[in-house]
Amino acid sequence: MARKDIGEIRGIIARAKRFDMIFGVVGVLALGLGLLTFVTLFVDMALDGYTRLTPDFFTEFPSRRAERAGILSAWVGTTLVMLVTACVAVPLGVAAGIYLEEYAPRNWVTDIIEINITNLAGVPSIIYGLLALGLFIYEFGLGQSILTAGLTLALLILPVVIVATREAIRSIPSHIREGAYALGATKWQVVQHHILPYSMGGIMTGVIIGMARAIGETAPIITIGALTFIAFLPPSPVTTAFPFVSFEWLNSPFTVMPIQIFNWTSRPDPNFHANAAAAGFILVLMTLAMNGLAIWLRYRIRRNIKW
Amino acid sequence: MSAARLSHRASRHIKERIIESILFLAALVSVGTTLGIVYILVKESIVFFGHVPLWDFLTDTQWTPLFDDAHFGIIVLLSGTLVSSGVALAVAIPLGTIIAIYLSEFASARAREFAKPVLELLSGVPTIIYGYFALLFLTPLLQKLIPGLPGFNLLSAGIVMGIMIVPYVASISEDAMRAVPMSLREGSYAMGATRLQTALKVVFPGALSGIAAAYILGISRAVGETMILAVAAGMQPNLTWNPTESAATITAFIVQVALGDLPHGSVGYQTIFAAGLTLMLLTLVFNVLGHVMRRRFREQY
Repeated sequence: MARKDIGEIRGIIARAKRFDMIFGVVGVLALGLGLLTFVTLFVDMALDGYTRLTPDFFTEFPSRRAERAGILSAWVGTTLVMLVTACVAVPLGVAAGIYLEEYAPRNWVTDIIEINITNLAGVPSIIYGLLALGLFIYEFGLGQSILTAGLTLALLILPVVIVATREAIRSIPSHIREGAYALGATKWQVVQHHILPYSMGGIMTGVIIGMARAIGETAPIITIGALTFIAFLPPSPVTTAFPFVSFEWLNSPFTVMPIQIFNWTSRPDPNFHANAAAAGFILVLMTLAMNGLAIWLRYRIRRNIKW
Repeated sequence: MSAARLSHRASRHIKERIIESILFLAALVSVGTTLGIVYILVKESIVFFGHVPLWDFLTDTQWTPLFDDAHFGIIVLLSGTLVSSGVALAVAIPLGTIIAIYLSEFASARAREFAKPVLELLSGVPTIIYGYFALLFLTPLLQKLIPGLPGFNLLSAGIVMGIMIVPYVASISEDAMRAVPMSLREGSYAMGATRLQTALKVVFPGALSGIAAAYILGISRAVGETMILAVAAGMQPNLTWNPTESAATITAFIVQVALGDLPHGSVGYQTIFAAGLTLMLLTLVFNVLGHVMRRRFREQY
């Protein structure tokens, strides 16, 4: 190898350092581009929609006239569908997570369940819509109802809840379990008194992230044929006559926020686009708040836990 | 006394077994979901392929399932899916890789603590919102740069889809790079390499299979994405490889049919299941490939 004089070597080093610095800037720019997109999206929605963000917007039904239209049926529908989703996905997901971490033997059945959950997490959401259309609507006859939508979204976020539960349980050190077993506790007692309470924060984080995903999911709900023009509310869950609770709303037709936004976005009239922006702004705020809450929870758990 | 204790133990045992069975059943629900998906897609597709020969489905160059002169060439929808995914990857792979290298090799712990949640928030935005953004913000912007760009086009939808999957690609790639042992980096630094040289010539090749897994899982995301395309790329089937045109994707077609009122059991109704099966197989291949590579990478170190 030819000998290089000191000046040449300094040149090489200076160039390498310059590239290093340039990449530092490029990295910040790339991150900044992501952030910028997010801010632009948020500001664009706010600017397009702010004239429509009045109290009436929340208390009016959709209408053929853009200025009169509101999101009453959409936010009520979203709330009820999320209620069903949470009631199904949380117990099922947590139970499955507990089984896989605490009970499952190492055998092929467990392997199949685990591979299966990994794969389900990658299935496009619209496929869940086809599942609901074929199975829930035509085989089980549940109709295009709040119940069908809630069940579909529950299956969709099940992997998220299961994975979060497993991670939360896995972070509990085994000496906690061993201590409880040494005192004669059964498996379920260990789970009930120790595993569940200690993993609650992590499970909550996963549930919130899952719900934030479900709340913005549009494709599977369209596939099951949710109506876009709903000018009535589902029957109230609380009634004046005995037994004061009614479950008729489960079978009611419905619309949800993302569907309403889709409907308004796909109309050519720009007045409806303002409605879509306003409703979109609210939806983004909701998912932001939920994701933010989850991130904050996770941060707190990580700081406060000292085994 | 001892008999009472024994019976207590027996009831305790039974309760434990019942609880275990319930938990096991909950875990089986996920398997049931997969079986349900496969059952529905295959069942309806078999009826569909009874009407439409598989060969026509794969080779026909027209997709007009709802016309009298019906043609079922899935390649038409596939072209829209592939072009839009290609645009998305052209955005997501460079951006995602740069962000991953920056976060893993350059950023301070503080910067990382700030950037990762922000990226997570970005990936939490509902896709319908991205669709609105693509159609009503990015498309008008692009129309100023590219005169004659139609209101619905694959380019704008693909770019926004790419931005949507950047956090996903970045986070998996970063995990892979951080898994590369510190000793490799230290060796490189000891030879006088800069951080960039270390990142590009030691860490990146060392994490390559993990990074490839990130790209492949990103492709799978792009192929299955629905709302951005249904809103911003149009629903007109169009056999094209040009991103500045409007074209329907597999997912957009399913949305289009679902919005209409097709009777249960008609061929039109069955087409969405055949299209869904194609989509499912496509994403399954990418997912399995991605997970295998990821697992192999984990075993490497």
